[in-house]
Amino acid sequence: MPELDAIQKNLLMQVAGIHEVPAGAYSLRVNGQMIGKQSSEHIEIVKKTDKPGIDIYIKAGTKNESVHIPVLLAETGLKELVYNDFHVGEGSDVTIVAGCGIHNGGSADSEHSGIHTFYVGENARVKYIEKHYGEGDGNGKRTMNPTTKVFLEKGAHMEMETAQIKGVDSTVRTTEGQLGDGASLVIHEKIMTHGAQRAETHFTVDLDGVDSSAHVVSRSVAKEHSSQLFVSRVNGNNRCTGRTECDAIIMDGAAVGSAPEVLANHPEASLTHEAAIGRIAGEQLVKLMTLGLSEKEAEEQIIGGFLK
Amino acid sequence: MLQLQHVGFSVPLPGGGEKVILQDIDLTVNERFVAVTGPNGSGKSTLAKLIAGIERPTAGRIFLDGEDITDLSVTERARRGISFAFQQPVRFKGLTVRDLISLAAGKKLSVAEACAYLSEVGLCAKEYVEREVNASLSGGELKRIEIAEILARGTSLSIFDEPEAGIDLWSFNNLIRVFRNMYEKTRGSIIIISHQERILDIADKVVMIEGGRLTAAGAKADVLPRLLCTTAGCRYTEEQENA
Repeated sequence: MPELDAIQKNLLMQVAGIHEVPAGAYSLRVNGQMIGKQSSEHIEIVKKTDKPGIDIYIKAGTKNESVHIPVLLAETGLKELVYNDFHVGEGSDVTIVAGCGIHNGGSADSEHSGIHTFYVGENARVKYIEKHYGEGDGNGKRTMNPTTKVFLEKGAHMEMETAQIKGVDSTVRTTEGQLGDGASLVIHEKIMTHGAQRAETHFTVDLDGVDSSAHVVSRSVAKEHSSQLFVSRVNGNNRCTGRTECDAIIMDGAAVGSAPEVLANHPEASLTHEAAIGRIAGEQLVKLMTLGLSEKEAEEQIIGGFLK
Repeated sequence: MLQLQHVGFSVPLPGGGEKVILQDIDLTVNERFVAVTGPNGSGKSTLAKLIAGIERPTAGRIFLDGEDITDLSVTERARRGISFAFQQPVRFKGLTVRDLISLAAGKKLSVAEACAYLSEVGLCAKEYVEREVNASLSGGELKRIEIAEILARGTSLSIFDEPEAGIDLWSFNNLIRVFRNMYEKTRGSIIIISHQERILDIADKVVMIEGGRLTAAGAKADVLPRLLCTTAGCRYTEEQENA
């Protein structure tokens, strides 16, 4: 593991929850360069030669292993587009921890765009955790535009937990899924925006396989003058079940749009959607205040729980 | 000791004027267990909310242990030892049962500690402790969780607004046991808004509110006959009162 400065260490902690070299396979990208990588017996990380990024090969049957692939940007004005492809072998059961942290202390805009593509083999299980975080007192914007493409083969299962809680001025998050027979995809997205930040998320899931299923859940909090847009479309192209839901707390002068959509192209497709946007209920604040919390503390608890 | 002096509460009407919800309530609570009863719409829940600070009186003053708390916020009153259990418990997405009981206790509770409070109210604790306090819980379950929060707070004045509402008979029997235990194990006062005779029966003092006025307050032996007569539809005549 190369030496990181204090800013980089903090970013690493924020996006990957680690201070030092993680156990198992990892790749660490800092300021546009891959500065460290390590493969394990069952997981091989190979640097792409035709474009920025890596290929991660997970052998069939790999169990209870993890891969960490954090990206840190601490130079102002840096912009990059990275391609990471995950090839997950049959019957594997792995956790992949991604994430990007930007520290922008200057006046130029910094931007990271990552295109992650998952090829998940039959009956494999993947847990994918992705955190985005921004900081720095410069005027330059911090932008992250992640694209995630998921291809699940027969019986495969993938659970995605994505979170962007602080410091990202602009984001367009795009997620696409194609599911085979008996495959399942669960997505939990958490977003909080402040100031004049803008966050858009676009989900498109094609339930192509018999008995495939998808559950897309977004919870978000929009504060101050920030704005958010949630667009989700689940296409039921076979006998399948799908649900997409967006729950948002809106505060101050923020704006939130939500457009969950389901499209049944098969008579045995069972699809539902739900969207709810509203302020923190006054009765929730009062309830916590009767426990001795101030109004501000009550608000923090409610938001913290909502995004937990 | 809680004292209400000439407390009133009115709300403005859209076309002008005002609707009087409570008027001229004089009440002293220094007993351990006080039940407030009366017909629906008589102002009982409003009275409870005035004491907790959720509503502010439009007339009169409220004192707790000699301190005028009339202008104190809900938070300030809670920190002075007032607890309030809602008639319609509030739901939260994301907060778990353990989170709420921990907030009530003022410290992060272990699973075992939270379970102990839940067991007190007859909930199989392991099934509930990490569940979200959301729509997946029934009204009766939420009521019992609310009571567990009050137990965890251990405050000097605990107010329950119709705790029996939405609770089945088995749970109601358990509820009576919970209140008896609170009575025996705690040192504070308990005020319960209730229509249930079995709850009134274990009270040291029964207060009756009718049409926004306090019409009777005293030992249950004195007030209960009048209450039962009222609810049976007969009139409690002046002669009977003087007899």
